[in-house]
Amino acid sequence: MSQSYDRGLVEDFGRWTEFSAGMWAWIFHKFTGWVLVGYLFTHIAVLSTAMSGPEVYTSTLQGLESLLIVRFLEVGLLAVAVFHILNGVRLLLVDLGIGLESQDRSFYASLILTGAIVVASVPTFLAGAV
Amino acid sequence: MSTGITKPEEEEETESQAVGAARAAGESAYGQARMDESEIDAANEASQRRARRAVEDADRTVELKVFRYDPEVPEKEEPRFDSFTVPFAKGMTVLDALMWARDHYDSSLTFRHSCRQAVCGSDALFVDGKQRLGCKTQVADLADEGIPGEVRIEPLPHAEVVKDLVVDMEHFYDQMESVEPYFQDEDTPDGLNEQRQSRENREKIKMSTRCIWCGACMSSCNIAAGNNEYLGPAAINKAYRFAMDEREGEDLTEHRLNIIEQEHGVWRCQTQFSCTEVCPKDIPLTEHIQALKREAVKKNLKFW
Repeated sequence: MSQSYDRGLVEDFGRWTEFSAGMWAWIFHKFTGWVLVGYLFTHIAVLSTAMSGPEVYTSTLQGLESLLIVRFLEVGLLAVAVFHILNGVRLLLVDLGIGLESQDRSFYASLILTGAIVVASVPTFLAGAV
Repeated sequence: MSTGITKPEEEEETESQAVGAARAAGESAYGQARMDESEIDAANEASQRRARRAVEDADRTVELKVFRYDPEVPEKEEPRFDSFTVPFAKGMTVLDALMWARDHYDSSLTFRHSCRQAVCGSDALFVDGKQRLGCKTQVADLADEGIPGEVRIEPLPHAEVVKDLVVDMEHFYDQMESVEPYFQDEDTPDGLNEQRQSRENREKIKMSTRCIWCGACMSSCNIAAGNNEYLGPAAINKAYRFAMDEREGEDLTEHRLNIIEQEHGVWRCQTQFSCTEVCPKDIPLTEHIQALKREAVKKNLKFW
């Protein structure tokens, strides 16, 4: 038997423009999940500065909040967390077998809702920084 | 007996005669083959001429871009795309277009097809980036408006290509067989009694009985692509069809659940809905997989 041809990327992410809603939901859910796991470590690192005393903790937080990039990262974190929560609810419904015919619409709904919440949060997060 | 070796002169006369005769016979056979070839060439040319005329006469044409690959012919070992211009006719399916191209341009263009009415499941193809049945896909449906300028036809992804659009289905069939896709019952009724199924139960398994084993779902599944042990959507759907059938006894249902709740069974499904999107028979595959996941949990949850 001769070796069959390996179509490589054509079979994987080379087709990303042809992905459907469910596939995008899966990719975003994995991505946001890993971002949240990563954030957990920085979160613990920042909180543990409190172990060297309240002043250190306060100055760490103030130092971080004074950086514009951190303000933007916080907006990003909210976006990631909100999408992960909303899509998580969607997946819970899928697991329970509820509304599987409208799984694509519920994905779009969670995207739109995430966008709306993030836009609404921008003034709060960027207050005093810009 | 090789005719290519020059014999020494002191060779027996009879044998050299035999060699000569064999040589002559070989040459005449070769000449015959050449004549046949030229006839074939002429026939090919005539068919190409007919194709050109048909294309010129047609109001609208479609450009097929077809994946070509043949590991057995050195010049075709390198995969490539061939373009065929096919005259469009109302109601033309992708399979019709492929058959027209094969019959008029290149008789070596290889693809599976049989019933042409979405029942045999032979012609699942990767058309314009989606797994579809060639015989069920209208060419006109591939464009937003009117007919598409170009249709891209490839063999099913995540399967070994045997030749052109033909893929090796063996793995898919193995997975289907592994869920024991046939009715089994320990207590069939005596004599000529019917084994009745309630209407509700029939409704429940109705969609899952429609599977035609085309393999489109398996090809679309991202998990099955990376994990050859995963049963795949079609096999799990088959398991659903029998596990949910009330006519099978409880022991059998449990046996079936044991098969699908293994490590590479239902739990590998990540609900990407790719299979449900591509299924040509509109089987709600993800829904069935999720239902079996719940059954598996119910079977194992014990509160005592």
